[in-house]
Amino acid sequence: MTVITDREQLRYIAGQAADARVNVEIETEGMTLNIGPQHPATHGTLRIVTRLDGEQVVWAEPVAGYMHRGYEKLCEVRTFPQVTTLVNRIDWLGSFANEVPFILATEKLMEVEAPPRAQHIRTILFELSRIANLSLFLGDLGVQLGALTPVFYAFRDREYVLNLIEGATGGRFHPNFDRIGGLKDDLPKGWIDETKAVMKKMRRFCDEMDDLLFGNEIYQARTRGIGVIPTEVALSYGLSGANLRGSGVDWDLRRDQPLPMAWDKCDWKVWTHTDGDVFARVWVRLQETREATKIVDQLLDSLPSGPIMAKVPRIIKVPEGEAWVSTENPLGEMGYYVVSRGETGPFRVKIRTASFNNISVASWVLRGVYVPDVIAILASLYFILGDIDR
Amino acid sequence: MAKLPGVIKGLGVTLGTMGRTITKGANTVQYPREKEAPPLRARGVIALREENCTVCMLCARSCPDWCIYIEGHKEKAPPRRPGGKPRTVSALDRFDIDYALCMYCGICVEVCPFDALFWSPEYEYSEPKIADLLHDKDKLGEWMETVPEYPELEVGADKKGKK
Amino acid sequence: MTLAVDIPYWGQSLLRVVGVLVVVLLPAGTLVYLYLFKMMSFMQSRLGPMEAGPYGTLQLFAEVGKFIQKEDISPRGADLRIFRMAPYVVVLTVFLIYVAIPFGPDAVFADFEVGVFYVLAVSSISVLGVLMAGWASANKYSLIGGLRAAGQLIAYELPMVLAVLGVVIQAETMNMQGIVAAQSGGAIVGIDLIGNPFIITQFVGFLIFMIAIQAELTQTPFDMPIAESELVAGYMTEYSGLRFLLFFIGEFAAAGAFAAVAATLFLGGWALPASWFDQTQDFMNVIGPLVLFGKMVLLAGIIFWVRFTYPRFREDQLQRFAWKVLIPLSLANIMVTGVFKVAF
Repeated sequence: MTVITDREQLRYIAGQAADARVNVEIETEGMTLNIGPQHPATHGTLRIVTRLDGEQVVWAEPVAGYMHRGYEKLCEVRTFPQVTTLVNRIDWLGSFANEVPFILATEKLMEVEAPPRAQHIRTILFELSRIANLSLFLGDLGVQLGALTPVFYAFRDREYVLNLIEGATGGRFHPNFDRIGGLKDDLPKGWIDETKAVMKKMRRFCDEMDDLLFGNEIYQARTRGIGVIPTEVALSYGLSGANLRGSGVDWDLRRDQPLPMAWDKCDWKVWTHTDGDVFARVWVRLQETREATKIVDQLLDSLPSGPIMAKVPRIIKVPEGEAWVSTENPLGEMGYYVVSRGETGPFRVKIRTASFNNISVASWVLRGVYVPDVIAILASLYFILGDIDR
Repeated sequence: MAKLPGVIKGLGVTLGTMGRTITKGANTVQYPREKEAPPLRARGVIALREENCTVCMLCARSCPDWCIYIEGHKEKAPPRRPGGKPRTVSALDRFDIDYALCMYCGICVEVCPFDALFWSPEYEYSEPKIADLLHDKDKLGEWMETVPEYPELEVGADKKGKK
Repeated sequence: MTLAVDIPYWGQSLLRVVGVLVVVLLPAGTLVYLYLFKMMSFMQSRLGPMEAGPYGTLQLFAEVGKFIQKEDISPRGADLRIFRMAPYVVVLTVFLIYVAIPFGPDAVFADFEVGVFYVLAVSSISVLGVLMAGWASANKYSLIGGLRAAGQLIAYELPMVLAVLGVVIQAETMNMQGIVAAQSGGAIVGIDLIGNPFIITQFVGFLIFMIAIQAELTQTPFDMPIAESELVAGYMTEYSGLRFLLFFIGEFAAAGAFAAVAATLFLGGWALPASWFDQTQDFMNVIGPLVLFGKMVLLAGIIFWVRFTYPRFREDQLQRFAWKVLIPLSLANIMVTGVFKVAF
């Protein structure tokens, strides 16, 4: 039960995985195992076709599309205000974060900007949905690795965050709170104090998970040096979010991109990890959850007063043009390419979701690992089926 | 400070939670017996104030999945001032919302120009059959009494909210 | 048996059969309710079943009723006879283990001269059942699960046997009653207040034994054979209804049985921890089972506490742990025990 910590050994394991890739050519007959479309580890209907030699995977391919709902097409027959309620359902765990890039893209086309108070509240809700999303990830990882209890703690503490989102927006999962030019409503009284208390709870939740799961030697043995994605591979597959930061790339759209949001008004840190293994990706997400609670706290303290809605016409017609806006969502980069022909609805919407690219690296990284590691790696890549298939 | 091995710390966390659950009670509620009150803004069900509705069809048109069915007819009403011409008003014949289709987005409530639609945090209206989720205007009117007052806003809010 | 009335031979046999049934099902039920339903729920800050009976005490009967009602499905490609037999083999093992465990000075089903040896031998029969289930299910997940189970159970048999050897050396007997007597009548470096429960002198052996039974029972840090996030349910994937229930009972009854074995070997069995007390009195036949039951529940609690807390190992890590850590450690333990035995 040696814990692999040094760089040498990591490189050795990555080399072994590469050897297994070479051996595919001369492999004798193995066993084909379908992980999914109905499988406890795929949180939905992702199918991963693996070819096994004993318990070792020699070839793997993710098959997506079992839950394709045609959102890009659906958006074309909706008006702009109707789209936000649809895109809530793409990444259903952090749904407020899905609305923001679409609204920002539309605002860019209309050349309006939300007032500062709206920007602040948007950012707060964005980070709250990130906390809700990632806390469930941290618990779910435990289940994938066989620990029963962490996921219940995750559900328990995520409940507080969802209550906050529901208290402000009215919807627990599908807030539909963002409007072109601002927000639907202002915050209800008492919300700020409540949020601060919950942020304290979430920080304690992170510590508790640290003690319960991430500090556990068994967990470390399961995740260190497993599923190593080197920096070049991560970049060439177009990974984003914590998967990329876990591979040592210092890249965060919240910091690197000038958006009419409030991230630049507070002090926070982008965490990276150079190992690129399962442990690194999970660790980055854990730190991100902690950072998000800090961002929320700071923004609540500096919440400006003022209106929450810019001047927009009652019936929204977006002038002709094209706009691309992407944000750093809980899962990674999510962006909308909106084409308008001057009508009430978009002419074409292209949705770039993080999970689709993140899962595409699976066929590279799954070669040469054991079946239990397949699950650990898939869990650490962190996809949501709605986000893959949309 | 001596560092405890992680395997022992984990056991401590679960034991501590067990102690908290036994002494302070669980985080869950025993649903049909105890109920948690949803927040005032919770989008539970749409209630209708029938006398405010003018059959303008804005809600039905803006609904993203077209789950509102409205029918109405024109009616002659007595004039406001004695001696005036009789007015034409729209009377509501049918106002159905199919909650099996509804996405609870709240666009209809927002676009309603006459304050006829409201959100209520009421949530206990499940039905064994999906067709029974089509609720008519009487049922929607009954939910009016569960609609809460508009909550106060946080400090720094600019406008008084409308509904 | 020194009973007050003379019971004919068939009556005695019937008594024993009923006794074994009670002895197997009662601990299994207790463990399921106490630990799976309640302790696990409390650890996850929820209440667990509350509706069936006061505090959900009758939930167990509801579950059994549910399983009995379900359709007994067997896959088309399955080797039917073997497929149907497998759960019975697993449950049978538990019955066989209980046969040799003493519950009181006279309350024992069969007092073998080599009781420890017998217990360790029959406990590995369950591997057969698991392999049968895994192979006959005609399911890839089941097959992988069955093979993992076989590899793991064989690997952990060894440290278990070696850990018990320390106890046997110290007690100078393989008879379970003898081991209980050696603990209740013994003394630790001259102090004989609580006798000599071997957990104190054989602490390393106790730890190894507990880890080994955790693996033997396929409980969580070592539950790869049924790893639900990878293999759906491992060798149990294709079972439903009554047969699944049998596997389920087998799992918890085996947890009870192994905990009882551990209690007998390391905590003094049915005897009270008091050396001044005459343990061979007749009424100990009534108190003894209760004492053993208490100790068993305590040890099973540790097993399940660990189960609800830890993530699981990978198969190769588990094998490495068994062969490179546990077995050398238990060999060293035997050596040290032997040296002390000769020296004192």
